[in-house]
Amino acid sequence: MSTSTYFAGSAAPGETPRTPRGVPHRGGEPNPSAGALQARFPGAVQRVDVVWGETTVVVDAAQVLDVVRWLHDDPQQRYELLADVTAVEFRDPEQPLEVVWHLRSLAYRRFLRLKGLLTKGAPLRVPSVWPIYKSADWLERECYDMFGITFDGHPDLRRILMWEGYREGHPLRKDFPLRGRFSRSEQLRQTLAANPEARYSMEELTIAEAFTELPLEVRKRLAGGERTGE
Amino acid sequence: MGLISRPARSAESADVSAGQESWLTTRLDLLVNWGRANSLWPMPFGTACCAIEFMATAASRFDLARFGMERLASSPRQADVLICAGRVPLKLAPVLRRIYQQMPQPKWVISMGACASSGGMFDNYAVVQGIDTIIPVDVYVPGCPPRPEALMYGILMLQRKVMNERMADASLRHEIVPDPSSQLYIPPSAIDELSEPFGNSVHQTRSGL
Amino acid sequence: MATTKRTVEVAVATAGMGPDGRLQRTPLGMGADGTLVAPEVEHGYPPELGGEHMLINIGPQHPATHGVLRLVLELDGETVVRCIPHVGYLHCGFEKIGEYRQYNQIIPWTDREDYLNSPGNNCAFALGAERLFGIEITPRCTVLRVIAMELSRIMSHLVWMGTTGIDIGAFTPFLWLFQERERIYDLFEQWIGARLTTSLTRVGGMGADLPAGWTNMLEEFIRTFPKTLDEADRMLTKNAIWVGRTVGIGALTAEEAMNHGLTGPMVRASGVAYDVRKDFPYLDYETYDFDVPVGTRGDVYDRYLVRLEEMRQSVRILKQALERLPEGPVNVADPRVILPPKHKATSEMESMIHHFKVVMEGPRPPVGEAYVAVESPKGEKGYYMVSDGTSKPVRWRIRPPAFVNLSAIPKMVEGHLLSDVIAINASIDIVMGEIDR
Repeated sequence: MSTSTYFAGSAAPGETPRTPRGVPHRGGEPNPSAGALQARFPGAVQRVDVVWGETTVVVDAAQVLDVVRWLHDDPQQRYELLADVTAVEFRDPEQPLEVVWHLRSLAYRRFLRLKGLLTKGAPLRVPSVWPIYKSADWLERECYDMFGITFDGHPDLRRILMWEGYREGHPLRKDFPLRGRFSRSEQLRQTLAANPEARYSMEELTIAEAFTELPLEVRKRLAGGERTGE
Repeated sequence: MGLISRPARSAESADVSAGQESWLTTRLDLLVNWGRANSLWPMPFGTACCAIEFMATAASRFDLARFGMERLASSPRQADVLICAGRVPLKLAPVLRRIYQQMPQPKWVISMGACASSGGMFDNYAVVQGIDTIIPVDVYVPGCPPRPEALMYGILMLQRKVMNERMADASLRHEIVPDPSSQLYIPPSAIDELSEPFGNSVHQTRSGL
Repeated sequence: MATTKRTVEVAVATAGMGPDGRLQRTPLGMGADGTLVAPEVEHGYPPELGGEHMLINIGPQHPATHGVLRLVLELDGETVVRCIPHVGYLHCGFEKIGEYRQYNQIIPWTDREDYLNSPGNNCAFALGAERLFGIEITPRCTVLRVIAMELSRIMSHLVWMGTTGIDIGAFTPFLWLFQERERIYDLFEQWIGARLTTSLTRVGGMGADLPAGWTNMLEEFIRTFPKTLDEADRMLTKNAIWVGRTVGIGALTAEEAMNHGLTGPMVRASGVAYDVRKDFPYLDYETYDFDVPVGTRGDVYDRYLVRLEEMRQSVRILKQALERLPEGPVNVADPRVILPPKHKATSEMESMIHHFKVVMEGPRPPVGEAYVAVESPKGEKGYYMVSDGTSKPVRWRIRPPAFVNLSAIPKMVEGHLLSDVIAINASIDIVMGEIDR
């Protein structure tokens, strides 16, 4: 095996670069599920890319739940494992936000990447795949926390890594500066002001006796979805 | 670099008390400080990689028991020294403050590692830039993570600090909590403008920042 | 996996069992006037004995939570009805800062997220970056990375076994196993200069080649390490206390485990033979001869057995890797990616320019993306990076196995006792640095 071939520049112009073992940068054999998806959901599939041998299927974000359910249930596909749910925001402000699902089929030894594109002006909403894969529970919560993408149908979408009352925004967005929006002293002041014991979620509050002693009006507000803690 | 020898102990060098120190109180100081220094029960507030090196320091090769520190006090109520080993994110800051407040006097704090001392490599939105912005620190141990020998050097330094305390010094047991607003307060609107050359930016491809 | 006949019965005191054999949870409901109500729990015993449920908070500072994890438990006496975990207490913005760093500069960051598996993370990230760049590494580098990853797996499992022993009450194996860890620390220190946070790899190769005599040290380690494993095995595996506290605790069926996204020893103990090294091989793992232990019941005991056996298999892989370690260069000989040797960089103009470009700007991959998953000691560890042609990734995503494994804890602890919660939490092998990133 050649030890010194670095692809860029070693490809003829007009040809796609390849690794020394011949894996092409673009093009190449896609995952058979991509073809099956195009046949089954012709309206939903927008694009199929193969980059470095990995297949990416770009689907209409609103129809993701049906697509994923079919991929999970169909005996020819059997993607039992949802490895990851994440999002990508590009530096170019024109490019849409991409929500990415990584699926694995152990029966057929396949790996598939699904993407849904969200334009930035519109509200960032995507159906949740929690009804199909329980692993989406925390993965989607983290995506919401870091990007502000709402997953419709998620049972308990609240912040997971930052604290519930975090006011600076959604950290992994490109317009969020590296060191946060507030000064260091303000960040410290905000986090120290939040009493750690007050950080109980709705579920937890119902267990404590204090819940029944809350005034009616507060319980109405909680019923309306207002969060008191994390 | 090695340990400097302990300063000579004499009545003249005890300068902290208001009145004259007698032979009896210096002997008592010595006894009490000797007892404290040689049985500092650590509360390992271990969060990340430094906690693993702390565990390695407590294990058989770099034994902490020879300093009297093998009894790890998981409850802050029974601890003497809080060893903050690892990075402290903003979400954990009130917890650290609360733990420190729960420790009874006399108490000391060792800030182990670069992240606890100054934020380390995590100069971003999520991490406290040094726990001395939240709790007072006695000894800083640099390293990422510090080798067990480095932590032991820090512990020995703390022991020397403890030996040099005087009971008559009232300022020692005064609970000092740092004021987070003592840092220069910059309104959010001005942050981008002021810090642009230093890199609190959204410009990700500039080098070094 | 052959198991001995277990004669230890575990009785779980319960009240209000549902039809599926699990404790009844009380879901929130909407009252008539639009408020939230929590319905009364139906107890199986007389009302004067039925009490309210207790809310217990474990953590975030607690010796047995393995880091800063906060578990809020609803207890009915000593039995857990519901568990709500809170994470994020160690969130340090890794993925954000990855967007501001070149690929080689991200390597020290991969050390610190799963800090028990630093060399493994370094190798995984380098594999991902190399796929993004389109580089193939040298044969020597391939074998060295296998050695590093297996040593890292042993290191991580040693900590796991030691700390789980402490949680369940056995302190001595911790000291024995940490002494073995010190020997692995010595190995890495000789190789790369650091004990724990190694920063072992670079894009296109390794940070340093092996020093002379290192393979002899590794052979010595391989020869003597199984003896310590056998000692810990003798101490724990058939120990009545250990068996009593781990058998039948925290079991998950294979379907549940897959659906919850569990990977690694967690899912293998439940009976699913998923190991990334076998199913989606990398670094020539398909050419090594090793077995993957798979459990049957999915309880804490099976997870312990799986990890113990994995260490033995890692030793087997190390032996094979050492035999096949070829001579040759460690790094890809491409000046756009790898730093030139120091003596050249200070004497030749071209090398100096290459050094300058690689350090100041960093190597630039083509536009694209890559997801590379490896088998870390916790499970399927994935690095997903997206490039826009610049030297800093647009997105660096860590797929954290412990994060997804931990999300199944509410399912695992329902119906168990409070002390079982500690055992189950320990069996997941969580590392908060990876969970919270």
